[in-house]
Amino acid sequence: MSVAADAPVSVWRLRWRRLRRDRTAMASAAVLLLLVAFVLSAGPLAALLGIDPDATDLLSRYDPPTARHWLGTDDAGRDELLRLMYGGQTSLLVGLVATIVGGALGVLIGLIAGYFGGLADAALMRITDGFIALPLLPLLIVLAAVDLTKLGFSAEFAHSGAAGFWRVVVIISIVDWTGVARLVRAATLELRDRDFVLSARASGGSAAYVLARHILPNAATPIIIAGTLTVGRVILFESVLSFLGFGIVPPTPSWGNMLNNAQEMVTTAPALAIYPGLLIFITVIAVNFLGDGLRNAFDPRG
Amino acid sequence: MSELAATPLLEVDRLSVHFPQHGGGWFRRHRQVLRAVENVSLTVESGETVALVGESGSGKTTLGSVVAGLRTPTAGRLRFRGQPLEGARRGIQIVFQDPYSALDPRMPVSSLIAEPLLIQRVGTAAERRARTAALVEQVGLPADALNRYPHEFSGGQRQRIAIARALAPDPALIVADEPLSALDVSVQSQILNLLKSIQETRKLSYLFISHDLGVVNHLADRVAVLYLGRLAELAPAAELFARPSHPYTQALLTAIPRIGRRRTRGSRTLRSEMPSPLAPPPGCVFHPRCPKAQAICRTEPPALAPAPGRPRQLAACHFKD
Repeated sequence: MSVAADAPVSVWRLRWRRLRRDRTAMASAAVLLLLVAFVLSAGPLAALLGIDPDATDLLSRYDPPTARHWLGTDDAGRDELLRLMYGGQTSLLVGLVATIVGGALGVLIGLIAGYFGGLADAALMRITDGFIALPLLPLLIVLAAVDLTKLGFSAEFAHSGAAGFWRVVVIISIVDWTGVARLVRAATLELRDRDFVLSARASGGSAAYVLARHILPNAATPIIIAGTLTVGRVILFESVLSFLGFGIVPPTPSWGNMLNNAQEMVTTAPALAIYPGLLIFITVIAVNFLGDGLRNAFDPRG
Repeated sequence: MSELAATPLLEVDRLSVHFPQHGGGWFRRHRQVLRAVENVSLTVESGETVALVGESGSGKTTLGSVVAGLRTPTAGRLRFRGQPLEGARRGIQIVFQDPYSALDPRMPVSSLIAEPLLIQRVGTAAERRARTAALVEQVGLPADALNRYPHEFSGGQRQRIAIARALAPDPALIVADEPLSALDVSVQSQILNLLKSIQETRKLSYLFISHDLGVVNHLADRVAVLYLGRLAELAPAAELFARPSHPYTQALLTAIPRIGRRRTRGSRTLRSEMPSPLAPPPGCVFHPRCPKAQAICRTEPPALAPAPGRPRQLAACHFKD
């Protein structure tokens, strides 16, 4: 610690200091920011080059990189670079939002079940078991077939790309929260009778206070590990959904469906598989390293 | 005491804590009741140290946790300055036995100490910071401790952090649940002296839970001896150590190891183990292990009454000395 460490500093600032000292984590955060900048520059670049990313050109399929198509063209003659950028918008957003929504749901249910115990625990865990027992594919088909207009959404929204995006987010969240819920419940059970929790409660700390200030930071490790692993899985899971025809449908690109499409051409046009694969790989690695850094920032012993 | 009409700081009135045991799953609801604390009454005066002593399983920690507000009693009442306990959270604080589990490993020392103040919304953030810094100094921690985490400290220093935390809301009573037993012997005396000097400067009271009679003799004004959740003897420390009245207290005192004294195998050492609190013996709960047990002890539970000629020394025994 530095000499100027005498004045007490908030726990969040201490965590931020620890995170900032972690070079791998900071490099990963920079990489993720670069990726975000990369995918967000899709619109300006398309305008600059005057290319419609969805326009097919069957006369220039599988073109090598040129001055106009910087990464060449795909099997339908579309600009590969722009499709990677637009696809990244979908993939990163789905990966992030679905992980956060599903993770938050799982954390909330796990905390309530573990902390309050008894009937709440029994009920929530049986529901969790129920979701785990549901066969994935039929569930996906049912959820994908839900007619959004019957749920009160307008017809324009129901048939727009945004509806497809949110459908994917909802489907993945429903399928994915169970693991986190069980991890968090186990961690909460172990923590809730520790002396420091009793002591906070004896001082008059409410359940919300104890959960937020004591249980959650101490359960951060499994949550962050589960979360970072989920991001990569969700990006690929989205492509499975697209492949089955749910959620994000072509021609809207995503890294997942670009990778899927490229599979059959992997011997003739390997670059089409390598680009999205590499971007997914970089994203997952960066998220994992950043997760490691966060974990260490929360655990002062690390 | 009785000549002082003032209400005691803490009054424990016929307090019982029972734990229903549900064994055997959902459908077999045969209930046993563990009587951890049974009908205990005692008082703690302002500035006084009352020690709770007894073997493990005697209910001393349970009683302490009720006083600290961690548990609700099954029966009986607690009064703090004559008022029901609920409003007195800031007035009573606890120091736990194990300084490793008593401090959240993910909180820096400054947050740990200020937490009771934060929860109770005492003062502004700046005032809390100033108080925290002052407390760190008072308990003898280095000034740079504030932004460090518990794992960076030794057991004794952690117990100092726990004491600073307990002192933060400026309590009148601290429940100290075996605060020394997890520490090295060399550190024990430092913490003991810290507790004593804090008491002198702040005039606070301790309910000091311990099984170490040497420490109790050093610190306590009065001693309450618990056996199977019941009070066996309640007396001023000097009288209790000089002339124990209850046979159980006598046995405990002879069990203190002393350098230079041979181990005696006399009738006063305790035979066998303490019975299970799930099935306490009838009559006087101590009779199966008591060297003085007579027929009456097997049927009549003795009341807590003054020893002959010593009005301040109460013992629950038919044949007290």
